[in-house]
Amino acid sequence: MSEGHSTYTPKTGIERWFDARMPLPRLVYDSFIAYPVPRNLNYAWTFGGILAIMLVAQILTGIVLAMHYTADTNLAFNSVEKIMRDVNSGWLLRYMHSNGASFFFVAVYIHIFRGLYYGSYKAPRELLWILGCIIYLLMMATGFMGYVLPWGQMSFWGATVITGFFSAIPLVGNWIQELLLGGFAVDNPTLNRFFALHYLLPFMIAGVVVLHVWALHVVGQSNPTGIEVKSKTDTVAFTPYATIKDAFGMIVFLFFFAYFVFYLPNFLGHPDNYTVANPLKTPAHIVPEWYFLPFYAILRAITFNIGPINSKLGGVLCMFGAIVMLFLVPWLDTSKVRSAVYRPWYKLFFWLFVADAILLGWLGSQPAEGSFVFMAQMATLFYFAFFLIILPVLGLIETPRRLPNSITEAVLEKNKGAGGGHPAGANAAPETKG
Amino acid sequence: MSAIDTQDPNRRDFLYVATGMAAVVGAGAFAWPFIDQMRPDASTLALASVEVDVASLTPGMSLIVKWRGKPVVVRNRTEQEMKDGEAVNLADLKDPIARNANLPADAPATDANRTTPGKEAWMVMVQVCTHLGCIPLGQEGDFGGWFCPCHGSVYDTAGRIRQGPAPENMAVPVFKFISDTKILIG
Repeated sequence: MSEGHSTYTPKTGIERWFDARMPLPRLVYDSFIAYPVPRNLNYAWTFGGILAIMLVAQILTGIVLAMHYTADTNLAFNSVEKIMRDVNSGWLLRYMHSNGASFFFVAVYIHIFRGLYYGSYKAPRELLWILGCIIYLLMMATGFMGYVLPWGQMSFWGATVITGFFSAIPLVGNWIQELLLGGFAVDNPTLNRFFALHYLLPFMIAGVVVLHVWALHVVGQSNPTGIEVKSKTDTVAFTPYATIKDAFGMIVFLFFFAYFVFYLPNFLGHPDNYTVANPLKTPAHIVPEWYFLPFYAILRAITFNIGPINSKLGGVLCMFGAIVMLFLVPWLDTSKVRSAVYRPWYKLFFWLFVADAILLGWLGSQPAEGSFVFMAQMATLFYFAFFLIILPVLGLIETPRRLPNSITEAVLEKNKGAGGGHPAGANAAPETKG
Repeated sequence: MSAIDTQDPNRRDFLYVATGMAAVVGAGAFAWPFIDQMRPDASTLALASVEVDVASLTPGMSLIVKWRGKPVVVRNRTEQEMKDGEAVNLADLKDPIARNANLPADAPATDANRTTPGKEAWMVMVQVCTHLGCIPLGQEGDFGGWFCPCHGSVYDTAGRIRQGPAPENMAVPVFKFISDTKILIG
């Protein structure tokens, strides 16, 4: 919450000296120590912090990998193998980076679904949500370009297919595609510019993250009840309550991450990418990285022309449209109640949407033939129906459950049977549950 | 600003607009080299033509050469494959245009228009799927032509799209026979 006034009081001379010149300690204190957070946040709320450390980890491992990598079509593949075999601890750094990208997306998908379930995008958090969507877009661009760098078969053909999207645009499509590739096909100029951009984009992500956190600190965090904070008893201090909860969430998440890095480092990759890129031979079955699979399934589902739009442009429009839907969610959802906890029908459709997204992901990994095509078309239809029909209509016809009057009331109601009254107050003793 | 000049529009308005216009043009001129450098460079454009010796190709065989970073197939079609291509009703085609760079842009996609006069057995074609740029496999698919493994587009023996998501027939590049067994592509 922006309380409007700071509770920071500099204690030492050096703190006072700084505070009068550049109040950075005050900013840190107000943002990460005294900052009031809703007292009922669950572990779904720890993924913001998890995403922050994943971004830092990706930048750190990425910078050192760049010291050993060579962005040249004749050398790139071997330089990655050199990192794996010759560079000291290179295998670990590369596996952390490649699996780190996957786990970054695991965390961001949980974070996005959290937002959808609890209605975190509703007023006044629309801009916060849109900044998040922009981060997600930048992440996709970064992940895609990073996957091209090892210059394996999937790198090359993934890049060919994805830059091919732009050739679907009428009139200027081919010009834009050549502009992206720096030639008529994916080649050395493409690899070089993708490397430069892959290095740049994470810092742009970091910049938008600052805006995201800024917007968060203006409007305050949402919470599982979706009710705004009304009094001081609804909140606890960021430190130690949120700090320790976030830290625990991070440790558990990093445990899974480490398991993949050490025991399943190539599970999320594709064996074809250990074959050097060959511009004259397409692998039998091209699949993107797992985190793009639902969108890939949507792209392939459009096998028919829609009026003047041919199947290719239609597929590309639907794929980008699937992401545009996320940007529009704050205005598509007409319900005044934020949290799915109090919306029985929305809760049902939310879980159907989760199942649909997973189904699309699975279909994206299957060959585009036979009944898979029809299933992908149906799943795509539901994907768009969820956003364009279910979200707007449900808000108008659904009867929500009774909302508690405050976060405090909701928490106390929930814990009534669990024994013992709870001290209501921000300054609860550390041994009681906040 | 209108404290001094009262006429509207006044001289100062003109100066504001003129300065603004100059700034916009300047920004555009400054931005252009940053965009321009991304376009295909001189060395890429220099690889504009290749010469291929096709003496070793007996009917039913094909070879692939790299032209502008893309594979170009040269396929010596069998009698049967040519007949299959000629037998197709143009109304059955998803893309009725020849897409042959040697012919006018609106030439119909007949079998003959997909090849060059007097050398109808020879298909010379950029073997890149018009969907999203994969390389289709030759001598495959329901029509005996090409099949794209990526998203399931099927092409006939004249490289015309027959099934699947690809919107156009595969492109025939500018080419000519410079002797009986030599082709110049580009």
